[in-house]
Amino acid sequence: MDKSLQEIVDQAVAQLAQVTDLKKVDEIRVQYLGKKGLFTQRMKTLGGLSAEERPAAGQAINDAKRSFQTELESRKEALLTAQLEEKLASEKIDVTLPGNGKRSGGIHPVTKTMRRISQIFASVGFEVAEGPEIEDDYHNFEALNIPAHHPARAMHDTFYFDEHTLLRTHTSPVQIRAMENSEPPFKVIAPGRVYRCDSDLTHTPMFHQVEGFLVDKDASFADLKGVIYEFLTLFFEKDIEVRFRPSYFPFTEPSAEVDIECVMCEGKGCRVCSHTGWLEVLGCGMIHPEVFKSVDIDGEKFTGFAFGMGVERLAMLRYGINDLRLFFENDLNFLRQFN
Amino acid sequence: MHFSEAWLREVVNPSIDTEKLVEQLTMAGLEVEGVEPAAADFSNIVVGEVVEIAPHPDADKLQVCKVSSGAEQLQIVCGARNVTVGMKVPLALIGAVLPGNFKIKKSKLRGVESFGMLCSDKELGMAESADGLMVLPADAPVGKDIRDYLELDDNIIEVDLTPNRADCLSLEGVAREVGLLNKIDCQFVKVAEAEIETNHSIPVSIEEADLCPVYLGRVIDGVDASSQTSLWMQERLRRAGLRSLGPVVDVTNYVLLELGQPLHAFDTEKLSGGITVRMGRDGEKLLLLNDQEIVLDKETLVIADESAPLALAGIMGGAGSAVSSSTTTIFLECAFFSPLAMMGKARKYGLHTDSSHRFERGVDPELQRRAIERATALLIEIAGGKAGEIIQTKSASGAAERREISLREERISRLLGVAIEPSEVEDIFCRLGMAVEKKENHWLITPPGFRFDIAIEADLIEELGRVYGYDRLPRRSLMMRSDLKSKPESLTELDRIRDLLVDRGYQEAITYSFVDEELQKKLTPTVEGIKLKNPLSSELSVMRTTLWAGLLRAAERNLNRQQARVQIFEAGLKFLPENGGIAQERYIAGLLTGSVSEEQWAEKLREANFYDIKSDVESILNLSGEGGDFRFEEAKHPALHPGQTAQIVDKEGLVVGWIGLLHPVLEKELGFDKQLFLFELKQSAISDYKIPSFQPLSKFPQVRRDIAVIVDEAISYGALRDCVIGLGNLAIKDLIVFDVYRGEGVESGLKSVALSLILQDSSKTLVDSDIDAIVSQALDALEKELDAKLRD
Repeated sequence: MDKSLQEIVDQAVAQLAQVTDLKKVDEIRVQYLGKKGLFTQRMKTLGGLSAEERPAAGQAINDAKRSFQTELESRKEALLTAQLEEKLASEKIDVTLPGNGKRSGGIHPVTKTMRRISQIFASVGFEVAEGPEIEDDYHNFEALNIPAHHPARAMHDTFYFDEHTLLRTHTSPVQIRAMENSEPPFKVIAPGRVYRCDSDLTHTPMFHQVEGFLVDKDASFADLKGVIYEFLTLFFEKDIEVRFRPSYFPFTEPSAEVDIECVMCEGKGCRVCSHTGWLEVLGCGMIHPEVFKSVDIDGEKFTGFAFGMGVERLAMLRYGINDLRLFFENDLNFLRQFN
Repeated sequence: MHFSEAWLREVVNPSIDTEKLVEQLTMAGLEVEGVEPAAADFSNIVVGEVVEIAPHPDADKLQVCKVSSGAEQLQIVCGARNVTVGMKVPLALIGAVLPGNFKIKKSKLRGVESFGMLCSDKELGMAESADGLMVLPADAPVGKDIRDYLELDDNIIEVDLTPNRADCLSLEGVAREVGLLNKIDCQFVKVAEAEIETNHSIPVSIEEADLCPVYLGRVIDGVDASSQTSLWMQERLRRAGLRSLGPVVDVTNYVLLELGQPLHAFDTEKLSGGITVRMGRDGEKLLLLNDQEIVLDKETLVIADESAPLALAGIMGGAGSAVSSSTTTIFLECAFFSPLAMMGKARKYGLHTDSSHRFERGVDPELQRRAIERATALLIEIAGGKAGEIIQTKSASGAAERREISLREERISRLLGVAIEPSEVEDIFCRLGMAVEKKENHWLITPPGFRFDIAIEADLIEELGRVYGYDRLPRRSLMMRSDLKSKPESLTELDRIRDLLVDRGYQEAITYSFVDEELQKKLTPTVEGIKLKNPLSSELSVMRTTLWAGLLRAAERNLNRQQARVQIFEAGLKFLPENGGIAQERYIAGLLTGSVSEEQWAEKLREANFYDIKSDVESILNLSGEGGDFRFEEAKHPALHPGQTAQIVDKEGLVVGWIGLLHPVLEKELGFDKQLFLFELKQSAISDYKIPSFQPLSKFPQVRRDIAVIVDEAISYGALRDCVIGLGNLAIKDLIVFDVYRGEGVESGLKSVALSLILQDSSKTLVDSDIDAIVSQALDALEKELDAKLRD
């Protein structure tokens, strides 16, 4: 008699265990299940059995066949898995190599600072305004209550083109331009370039200011103190000491200079604050009646305040920059630090 | 302004320490810039007297002195040339420590023992330089500690005064402020009238009473101008930053510091006839005390005698009538020149003096008599002399008149944000020396003569706030009744453009708006830049007519600092002359040089080219929502390569920008050794964003047909595109160029352009016959208009 069914299954399993590729697995499948396969032949022998024997014998062949098929599938699966794993292993890369393509650049720290300042004020409804950089004497001085020969002019080292035309020395003329063209109330912020004829370690002939002003029926010095205090706290993102010191600007009255506790030494006194513990960061005050007069606003009906700050100074304090001149040298090694 | 703290405390002495005093001044608006000790740290230095001098046996330049220290006689080797027998001089004893921690020990100089050191001003840290030993007065008590003798344990306080506070440009002014802040009285110096001992006088006539409302003058006879100014006065002057220049000048300077009144002394022997205060005459010349010769005009007030101008009124005296050490008779002038007469005058002649500084800001017009008497008394005390009668002219139109100002109670709280108790308001104004009269709901307040800055109600409110204390004023959060702000969608903001460029790899630069004229001439030779009248240097002399000047300089700097590639942009105004005026418009400009991206390992790096920077510009243009409406047209620009330049034209046909490769000649001239690509674009060209309007999507499939045509080199892709799109066939959705080929198989002078037509119909599926029809329509047009042949 031929081999028992069990022997056939065992033989097949042994064969499967030895093959390592899928083609061979298929050959084995044909060897057992094909037209001339061992199980097929066995089935053909059923015809020679009695009707009583036939079902049991058939059942036995089918069981053996099924058990072979299970073995076959599992071997196939195992080989497929191994094949995939091999493929994946061969596709391994070095994930620490840098990514392809361009790296993005960045905005200038002055722009970054002006944006932050503008956004803080925009959040309470201040609108951004701009004005020309080549200005006339009227808007830069006269209308701001700085007549010809006023001592304050001497502090403004002005670049001139002719007697009446100059590079604006501050962003305050935007105040005049905004007010002369419309009606109160106003809530305006005006960032931009300004120019003074001065160049040394701590002065560049061009720098940036942000001017802000508010005109309404009941704006007072107390509101000004509140706005400035909140702005500085938000800008430096900490609760800093702020002090208002009486000062003088021709276009505001009362006027104040605002000092903050030195952010470098926290008020203990250092080189940056000349050992005073205080840093002057902006000038402000209530808009002067003469300024209202020059833009035809009724100073009895409306009151207002204005403030102005140096952008480079705030950027230096915020980011710890120790040399003003770096801002305009445009060295990429400097600029990229603010990306 | 600098002054001695001890001097201040002699006039007003609140029981607060220096630190508190300084803070008080700063917080009252008199910003203290610095506090320095009156002399550096030293010890064990006493008044010494030189008793004997003998030559040094082995050194020509040294002398061996016997010096009395009070307790003993010391042998001291000294190198100073001004040492004389009987001289009183600072003597550093053995064990003394000089500034800089320099210790005095017993020593031997060229073999001779020395038991101490004689000192100069500089060695005591009291002067920047010295040309010999410090000479002490003959009556200096030998053996007394120098610090005590010169009262050196004092501070020099520097106050930075704002232009409105002319009243504090004197020690008395500062003292007044300290007094009112501390609510204590000042002990101002009492001035007695001088006895008249000579009838010598000089007539004075005032031609310009409006400009010189008050003029006082007096002759002082028999002055010894060679006498030594008292040490205390010299010290106070030194602590205020002034050098001693002889008794007459010292006394006028001292009174200026003490009272704030400038005075001037003329040598009467150098005068011819009486004094006139008049306007200058055109062409008149005057040699000033600083040896500067000026030419006068009719707008300048002068003090003149019968023959010539003597002094620039209120600014500076002339050399011709100046007091010298041999002067015996002086004419002392003490005037009030109105600020209007003084404004801008000193500046016009390039001058700025202590006197002009004060007159421009306003001197108390009621101060002159006290000042001239004070100066007379001090001068006679130091240099002797006999005073003559004071000649006084005072015009009725004088600036002395003070008007009362109304201050409304309601206005105080409206401006300051707090209601201050009426009693405190009144107290503050009284302390400020103002006359206060209470009315219903308001006060009438008259400021004193020295407060030039108080003219309107707002001035009073500022004073009130200042003295009340800004730190006491409340802080209030804005009660915002804000309207929602309009933020039009149709507006493309500059920040969006900045961010786009940043994301595409650009670093923002900020360069000066004024540039080197020569460089700019090379870039925009046809535009005349607007020149500054007073530039800082030729490199910063003309307003930019292109942003490229600054970007090229920035690129140069970075390339010189080992940067292999530079990709930068700037946004800012450029300034162009326009119809007699000036156009100031905002542009965005960019520069790209070096490889197309940072060095990387995976792909081969290539150098950036025109199309790299063009894609950046196209991205910006696309922010308008209608990027396709802009055209890049072949053009010539003096700064750019003639074959790689385009002007950017908007849909109205206006040139809104330029793009191209820096001209190779300029590249070389400017010292670059690689190609630089540039663009410049007017911001307004893209500030309007077209609000999108929805188009229904086609349900039918899209097909693509590729064709290649052979055309003449001179035919641009733009022309091919215009031709196909110009057919107006709605089924042609897009045209893509995917290859431009020259070389084998294509005749020289021609090129093959591979185009892809993207086709789609909104109402049906395009079948082959439809597609063929469209393609041949396109090919026919290309052949007819541009002689483009289908490539086989």
